[in-house]
Amino acid sequence: MERVPILKIGQTLFVSIQIDLQDESVIRLQEDLADELAASGAHGVIIDITAVEIVDSFIGRMLTTIGSISRLFDAETVLVGMRPAVAITLTELGLSLKGVRTALNAEKGLEILNGKS
Amino acid sequence: MDVVVTNERMAAYLRDNHDKVVGRWTDLVVAGVRGRTSREEVRRELEDLYALVVRVLSGADEHAAGELTAALTELSSGRARDGFTPSETAVGVFSLKEAVYELVADSPDLVPEFYALSRLVDDLGLRTFEAYSATREQIITDQATAMLELSTPVVRLWEGIIAVPLVGTLDSARTQLVMEKLLDTLVATGADHAVIDITGVPTVDTEVAQHLLKTVSAARLLGADCTISGIRPQVAQTIVSLGIEFGDIATKASLADALALALRQAGMKVVPL
Repeated sequence: MERVPILKIGQTLFVSIQIDLQDESVIRLQEDLADELAASGAHGVIIDITAVEIVDSFIGRMLTTIGSISRLFDAETVLVGMRPAVAITLTELGLSLKGVRTALNAEKGLEILNGKS
Repeated sequence: MDVVVTNERMAAYLRDNHDKVVGRWTDLVVAGVRGRTSREEVRRELEDLYALVVRVLSGADEHAAGELTAALTELSSGRARDGFTPSETAVGVFSLKEAVYELVADSPDLVPEFYALSRLVDDLGLRTFEAYSATREQIITDQATAMLELSTPVVRLWEGIIAVPLVGTLDSARTQLVMEKLLDTLVATGADHAVIDITGVPTVDTEVAQHLLKTVSAARLLGADCTISGIRPQVAQTIVSLGIEFGDIATKASLADALALALRQAGMKVVPL
């Protein structure tokens, strides 16, 4: 099973999704992220989905779940690098990803977490 | 009587009376076009058609029918583009019968021949109708495409602030186009504020509102703030009486207000020099 690496940069956890997500790897990612948040006390999570070309309601729900998990650890989640086609699909599916902030790219995502924006 | 022989006899008759028939036909058509085309031009077009009609009737040439159809289609398309009605074009073709009838009226023995010509001309008249409507369809499709392309500009108002001035009715096809263009521009320019100006949208009903909301939430997913501006008093009344909720989406009366809001959110301020 492929795993999604979680990088810790300062007080921020950085997750870049570059594989086709399956149920197992998603559950694994959620567990890993919760462990990492508990261990590191990070205040923010950046999820980079630049490489994700296809989304469905399953991935949409996963993103919201990760947002909820992070909030329990008092960390804010920022979703960065969404492609236009993906955004259109998510809106057509009626998913607005409540509780997850979004930014155009990783740099802007970091700015949000650092309170500059 | 044998159809082939009849057709050939008609062809011979038409060939013999070429100048008289074409002259009369031209007169009739020129009267119908009311000065939109010159007499010489009409004459030239009809000469060509006439020659083809004779060739088709004489039956000697198997390509003649195809050529006649092509020539007629071209003529009809040209007329459609010049703004003639289909009836005017068809009547122009039918008047060949009138021109010939005036000549053969006194000779009863030519009735079967005239009938053969009449059948051919009726067929041609229907062809012009077909060609005419096909051309109009094409024109409408072209215009719709051109309008769609023209109607969705995305403009940069400021560093990091873009605007989409919408003009005309929003249907799902246009919403899709606007959405794609807006999102692409957001990504390409790295802008984080977008203003959708609906000054040019004549009416906002639940469907249009739904489309606007979709566009805004798609832009939000990319991390951009969206403001809707240009809401006119009547539109505001309609929105309220329809019970449409824009939720937490900022709405402003004018594009200027929306720009001011976007600048403020970006931490900028315009001050007098």
